[in-house]
Amino acid sequence: MREACDLVVVGAGPGGLAAACRAAEAGLDVLVLDAQPEPGGQVWRGEARKGTNRLARRWLSRFSASGARFRPGARVVAAPEPGVLLVEEGSSSFAVRYGRAVLATGARERFLPFPGWTLPGVLGVSGLQVLVKDGLPMRGKRVVLAGTGPLLLAAAATIHAHGGEVLYIAEQASAASHWSFALQLWRHPAKLLQGALMSATLISVPTSTDAWVIAAEGEDRVESVRLSVRGREEQLQCDYLGAAYGLVPNLEVARLLGCETSAGAVVVNERLETRVPKVHAVGELLGIGGVDQALVTGELAGLVAAEQPIPIEMERTWHRVRAFAARLALHDAPRAELRRLATPDTLLCRCEDVPMSALEGCQNLREARLYARLGMGACQGRTCGTAAQTLFGWSGEDVRPPCLPARIGSLRLPSEVSSTHTRES
Amino acid sequence: MSAFDCVIVGGGIVGAALADVLSADGVSVALVEARSIGAGTTACGMGHLVAMDDNAAELALTSWSVSLWRELADGLPRTVEYDACGTLWLAADDEEMAAVSAKVANYRAAGVRVEVLDSAALYEAEPALAPGLVGALRVVDDAVLYPPLAARTFALRAQARGARLMTGCPVRELRPGSVVLSNGDVLTARHIVLAAGVASPSLCPGLPISPRKGHLLITRRGAPVVHHQLVELGYLKSAHGTDGASVAFNAQPRVTGQLLLGSSRQPGDATREVDAALLERMLKRAAMFLPGLDGLQALRVWTGLRPATPDGLPLLGPHPEKPWLWLACGHEGLGITTATGSARLVADQLLGRTSAIDARPYSPARFLTASSRETAHA
Ligand SMILES: Cc1cc2nc3c(=O)[nH]c(=O)nc-3n(C[C@H](O)[C@H](O)[C@H](O)COP(=O)(O)OP(=O)(O)OC[C@H]3O[C@@H](n4cnc5c(N)ncnc54)[C@H](O)[C@@H]3O)c2cc1C
Ligand SMILES: Cc1cc2nc3c(=O)[nH]c(=O)nc-3n(C[C@H](O)[C@H](O)[C@H](O)COP(=O)(O)OP(=O)(O)OC[C@H]3O[C@@H](n4cnc5c(N)ncnc54)[C@H](O)[C@@H]3O)c2cc1C
Repeated sequence: MREACDLVVVGAGPGGLAAACRAAEAGLDVLVLDAQPEPGGQVWRGEARKGTNRLARRWLSRFSASGARFRPGARVVAAPEPGVLLVEEGSSSFAVRYGRAVLATGARERFLPFPGWTLPGVLGVSGLQVLVKDGLPMRGKRVVLAGTGPLLLAAAATIHAHGGEVLYIAEQASAASHWSFALQLWRHPAKLLQGALMSATLISVPTSTDAWVIAAEGEDRVESVRLSVRGREEQLQCDYLGAAYGLVPNLEVARLLGCETSAGAVVVNERLETRVPKVHAVGELLGIGGVDQALVTGELAGLVAAEQPIPIEMERTWHRVRAFAARLALHDAPRAELRRLATPDTLLCRCEDVPMSALEGCQNLREARLYARLGMGACQGRTCGTAAQTLFGWSGEDVRPPCLPARIGSLRLPSEVSSTHTRES
Repeated sequence: MSAFDCVIVGGGIVGAALADVLSADGVSVALVEARSIGAGTTACGMGHLVAMDDNAAELALTSWSVSLWRELADGLPRTVEYDACGTLWLAADDEEMAAVSAKVANYRAAGVRVEVLDSAALYEAEPALAPGLVGALRVVDDAVLYPPLAARTFALRAQARGARLMTGCPVRELRPGSVVLSNGDVLTARHIVLAAGVASPSLCPGLPISPRKGHLLITRRGAPVVHHQLVELGYLKSAHGTDGASVAFNAQPRVTGQLLLGSSRQPGDATREVDAALLERMLKRAAMFLPGLDGLQALRVWTGLRPATPDGLPLLGPHPEKPWLWLACGHEGLGITTATGSARLVADQLLGRTSAIDARPYSPARFLTASSRETAHA
């Protein structure tokens, strides 16, 4: 099967949706692809059904009215030549020929290994939040959260709202860094409001800065966690532990297309164009900045793609959210102690069961991959590669197709990739 | 300046195997590698240890090398994944089956154990194969392994005997009696061996080595079980595209439960990118032999550059015009297999010993005559 479009958007989170709306409203034939069954990305997951979040409702209905075509459950797996993507959709696949592309593939959580991090019941912070939103029963469950930044509070609020008991929130940032970050939030009214609302509902949850998980313990699943809290050790019995240290961009599709990356983000110019002509990057790919950044960069890229003028106010907003993203990065940067928690038998790569001790003598990620099978498994280093980068300062390996595990059939080229437009609406 | 009996330039499987053999003979060795041990073409290869009979010299070197691997096998760490699964050469029609009898004679004359499988025996051995094949040749002692860890094992063994392992050290220049590193350091040595694979001509202009690119694909664990390395006999006559590129069916069971699929050949292509059209040809060919292939989960596709010589045989021995320089390069698509034999041949010549097989067919002198030297200097 073949598809053609003026603009392909990869990812239907706020970044992708904003880009698609702007471009489609200006008359481009826009095709939006997302691996998930519904639009919304991470932050608006499930909103297409629930409609509880006002901002999400506004963008999702604008998206339905925009004329952009949406393909749910469509995973971009390969980029066989410039202007063509291969997409896996259930048990079939198709090729997309595009004029321009907006990459809006978002972010994932950063996991750092500590003893017990692979026990059942230990999840990411936002990962646990997503499961709860999707229906994981929380009533009567005791939860400890450890990580960094505003997402800790967002997760706590969700768990609380679903009847879970959040016993403790451990924020790894130092008190000084945390409060100076919080004080900067006045520049970002939307976030300040969100933060205030959340803290209000969480008033009863003990929270500490300079705090992190030392170990998770239990027989078949997590039963307790040991925390380091301002230099003291504390032990808490719990049913779930959410532990992850901020987010990192999903760079795989961008790197597959040959986009340059630097310091863990895609390099773009002021038109949000990557070093690959006609390929733009938005949202978390530019460095973690949350919904506000995703929306404004998405809108900008959509307008650029459609060759529309950029309102000056939009540029100003972008510069403002960029400043926020820079501060967030400083705040969320994992502290040195987190790099020393794993013991020799702690697994670093859970796909291939690679313990820390197996990396002895390895000088870089390629050696760890070749000699110890680190990142050779199903996730291709999405989790352990990021951890190894943080632990040892090793930089990433080349991305090879497919960028997600895919059926061999999905890597087969359709006999001819059409370049004629097939607009439906 | 540090002095060694021998400096080996290039820590692929060939250089590492040589360091292993020389250090075992008490030679003081430095193994100098630009990046990491086994991270070049060695990391891209399939790791099929295969006796090949395209010509007598190839058969002599490959069959001897496979038997050397077998002797080494018990001493290799489990992670090297040595697995004596044997090879099945698949005959798709009667013409290919007819070619089998000549091969049987070749192999048996070289002391290689082979068996002929008729169609029924073939499907009993490999039920996953597509119907319609007429039979196969089984080469019993062929094996597979995981090349980068095999190379690393050799290098670490040499190191344990006192060899100096220098990784992350690109060599800039070869001189009589010394090599110059890119950081300006100089290592002196009586003998210098060039084992830099496809990069060898950059340190010794005029070497007849050119890249021949290949593609491989690995599946996730839990792929349908095949029990032998499967290769089509038709590879000899397999269709070549207009660009001289060719593909052949080649499938390997890994002890991890993964399936490794090959392969393609693109002469003269030195790029690393996956060529989608060629990959498509390769997968189409593979699907003809393994039905249901399209439904398997692919984990990764990659490419590698085989260091090819005009006659497909490696360059093993002294450089005819530079008596201080030894060559151990140009192993094309068989360097994992022939690393063991190559290391012996070069070590024997270097130490003035006779070898188990005749070294002359691999002598660099067959290409590097006076006239080719003039061309190289022109
Ligand atoms: C697990 C998780 C939960 C989060 N929860 C919140 C929250 O509650 N509140 C909050 O403010 N922020 C949350 N965030 C932060 C979030 O990253 C941003 O708020 C915002 O969603 C970023 O928007 P985006 O458009 O850049 O990316 P995203 O919203 O992440 O959207 C990216 C989309 O791209 C798709 N995609 C990625 N790769 C491919 C591919 N190869 N093929 C097809 N589709 C692909 C994904 O399926 C996803 O839908 C969360 C992040 C994570 C990782
Ligand atoms: C797709 C594919 C499949 C294959 N399958 C098989 C198979 O099944 N069986 C088989 O036997 N063979 C196979 N081969 C062939 C085999 O991989 C090669 O013949 C073999 O790896 C060559 O080893 P080498 O040590 O000569 O080269 P390399 O492994 O490339 O080693 C050369 C080393 O020299 C280093 N180097 C380069 N320049 C410098 C410098 N200036 N200074 C210092 N160091 C330098 C490089 O970094 C490299 O590590 C395959 C090859 C490919 C591409």
